[in-house]
Amino acid sequence: MIPISYYLILSTIIFTLSVAGIFLNRKNILVLLMSLELMFLSVNFNLITLGNYLGDLTGQVFVFFVLTVVAAESAIGLALLIVLFRNKKTIDVDDLSELKG
Amino acid sequence: MNIELTTFFIFSFLLIVTSIKVITSSNPVLSAIYLVFSFFLSAVLWLLLGAEFLSIILILVYVGAVMVLFLFVVMMLDINIAKKNAAYIKYLPVGIGVFVIFNVLIIFFFINTFENINYNAINSINVISESNTENLGYVLFTDYIVEFEIAGLILLLGILSAIVLTYRKNPNNKYQNPTEQIDVEKKDRLKIIKGLKE
Repeated sequence: MIPISYYLILSTIIFTLSVAGIFLNRKNILVLLMSLELMFLSVNFNLITLGNYLGDLTGQVFVFFVLTVVAAESAIGLALLIVLFRNKKTIDVDDLSELKG
Repeated sequence: MNIELTTFFIFSFLLIVTSIKVITSSNPVLSAIYLVFSFFLSAVLWLLLGAEFLSIILILVYVGAVMVLFLFVVMMLDINIAKKNAAYIKYLPVGIGVFVIFNVLIIFFFINTFENINYNAINSINVISESNTENLGYVLFTDYIVEFEIAGLILLLGILSAIVLTYRKNPNNKYQNPTEQIDVEKKDRLKIIKGLKE
């Protein structure tokens, strides 16, 4: 048997790695989106594990909907990225400071 | 140590290693490929949890569609490969600090306040049959049918917005304008010239 805590700790590690990745990869929006995907993956881990713990299939159904929303989100995000690159010729976060406060 | 625990440790170790490679490699193509690897490894771990349908969906939808989309975009944008610059070094302590602090906080929370921490994670849930796919389909199409329809609408919205955002109108294209065609009047087409002498 595998204790439930192992899965929860694994998903915590992946989630914090992706948060650290958002801090590290300030140069590249594409890698930021990949870190976001990793974050969704860890959340899905938690949903499946705790659904198993409660003996309820709702967790797995919710993962299904999360996958749907993430697919739409990444499609829209990448489309926005392409429009951004077309107009600015860069995807560096630091070069996008148009508003001077 | 039994076979399940051994499999879990091997694949979770590989998953953590590939996740680290995703966030630290300087080439976005390498990041995307390591992300594909980490999706495969987590599909194996989901299979171990008894979520067979979702692990297949993870490989088919994520690796087959979303990550291919990522790779397409990476190759379309032709970004110059970023060097490990000063900003990266500057943010490295922040990243490591966030990683350690969040991990310690959440794992302490799990250990101290979560009851039944040693509960077996692998237990199959049977609603109508032994098969995970049949159970999931039964629950999805009865209890969650409205949400299922809304998910379809969200996907339609994703398609529409991606097309609208990236669509470029080519000024050289010849096409009909139905509004102008309908709005046309007699005086636009027909001109009667009086007083012409033969």
